[in-house]
Amino acid sequence: MKKLGNKLLGLLPKGRHAVIGVPFFWMLLFFLLPFAIIIKISFAEADIAIPPYTSLTEWADNQLTVLLNFGNYVLLSEDGLYLAAYLGSLKIAFFSTLLCLLVGYPMAYAIARSDKQMRPVWLLLVMMPTWTALLIRVYAWMGILSNNGLLNNTLMWLGIVNEPVQILNTNIAVYIGIVYAYLPFMVLPLYANLVKHDLSLLEAASDLGAKSITAFWKITLPLSKSGIIAGCMLVFIPVVGEFVIPELLGGPETLMIGKVLWQEFFNNRDWPVASSLAVIMLLLLIIPIVLFNRNQARELEGK
Amino acid sequence: MTSFRFSRFMLFAGLTFIYLPMLILVIYSFNASRLVTVWGGWSTKWYAGLLDNTQLMNAVLRSLEIASYTAIAATALGTLAALVLTRIGQFKGRTLFGGMVTAPLVMPEVITGLSLLLLFVAMAQLIGWPMERGVVTIWIAHTTFCTAYVSVVVSARLREIDRSMEEAAMDLGAKPWKVFFLITLPMIAPSLAAGAMMSFALSLDDLVLASFVSGPGSTTLPMEIFSAVRMGVKPEINAIASLILLFISIITFMLWFFTRRAEEKRKKALHKFKTYKG
Repeated sequence: MKKLGNKLLGLLPKGRHAVIGVPFFWMLLFFLLPFAIIIKISFAEADIAIPPYTSLTEWADNQLTVLLNFGNYVLLSEDGLYLAAYLGSLKIAFFSTLLCLLVGYPMAYAIARSDKQMRPVWLLLVMMPTWTALLIRVYAWMGILSNNGLLNNTLMWLGIVNEPVQILNTNIAVYIGIVYAYLPFMVLPLYANLVKHDLSLLEAASDLGAKSITAFWKITLPLSKSGIIAGCMLVFIPVVGEFVIPELLGGPETLMIGKVLWQEFFNNRDWPVASSLAVIMLLLLIIPIVLFNRNQARELEGK
Repeated sequence: MTSFRFSRFMLFAGLTFIYLPMLILVIYSFNASRLVTVWGGWSTKWYAGLLDNTQLMNAVLRSLEIASYTAIAATALGTLAALVLTRIGQFKGRTLFGGMVTAPLVMPEVITGLSLLLLFVAMAQLIGWPMERGVVTIWIAHTTFCTAYVSVVVSARLREIDRSMEEAAMDLGAKPWKVFFLITLPMIAPSLAAGAMMSFALSLDDLVLASFVSGPGSTTLPMEIFSAVRMGVKPEINAIASLILLFISIITFMLWFFTRRAEEKRKKALHKFKTYKG
């Protein structure tokens, strides 16, 4: 009996293997495998059944038939709505990443150059909102931006405008919401990079007569490249698939792919089309994701 | 130093931009008027009304339950992943592993949510589990993406700490697990707490993943809020939103305060030890 017990124990993975195996298996099963399934379902057809799609393989009369339905992808390429939604997502993601960088870089710079004692406090102040519900922070803007909201009331009180300006349910509101929600994700990697810079380089530059603005362009900015890449990717990639912000702050003119996918899935109950939308989105994002992962790996290895 | 003055200004402007909307939300949650944009005097009636809303209260309890499970599981898995990435050298599939751990950080939630739902449906067909989707499936989804956050936080800390103590213990013949529990773990404990807290908050906040993988009768708080918010701004939502903001801010602040104190204590002890030895 004891022998058997020992044998069974022997089957259990030991030390190093268990440490690698447990998280590896979890991520393989719940992160990577689902992508294979999503690709599979994107070749199925919607069906009134549970689950609501047809099977790809069929076994009848000793024949195995594999049915690959490219209809979803044909639909995606022919219907202008989907193309417009992809382009709209990429456009909004690009400009909001740029806005985040323009606002976030000076913020990260100010924190990195502030008093050593104060740095964690500033950083906490920037990061704290990301731990509090995104949904609620977006919701807060709905009250501010609406036609009879605080912003319009203030503008009218100041006499800048005579009647309310439509801001909520336009792309402007979407930009505000995205920059608001994603700014901390830009600041954090930039700060982590900027704080490591060797300031003696800047001193040397100034000793040699470089103006501080020249020194910034020639030294600080190139050195912060990996921080810029990390920050931009942390904003750009999730924003392409963003759903909550365009849904709550955007309007009919806001075409974003996350919203379209959501509608296909929850309103039209067309799982295969939703899957093919996700597959194409993934293909669009694969280059930025690989770029991000490489950058992260370099940072993680400590160069 | 003009560039620094400009960046200083941007820091204050940015922080105002971040905090002002939340402040406004909290102020308006005390508005007596049902019209959310008209100020009708101070009142706490919306807070009192929350307790009678059993549907909302059930969702709150369910979300807290899922968030607690997620915090525990994601911290354990994320710490293991961080150990693999920082302390175990090369092994087959290391690049794949690194990719799988960091990719959920940026992966759009609609993709992760849909793909996980399809996995659960396929699993139910193949092995009969999970028969119905609910708390467990949401927990799995949240754990998967929170693990990535935890592993980033913990591995940053693992790289930072002085490895000489671990090496000394190893040289003296301590088993790897003993080294981990007696030496490494106490040193990285603050980052574990931070990771757990982050997972808790992320889980409590998630709408998209939960919407995809939940089943009938397992509505979480964000789902409840979302369906109410879609209809426009409501005073009850202002109240529950303010409570969540307060709750998370207090936990965050406490966490920050205690990790800072622990860190100072540790540094003092180390300093004392070194001066004593010297």
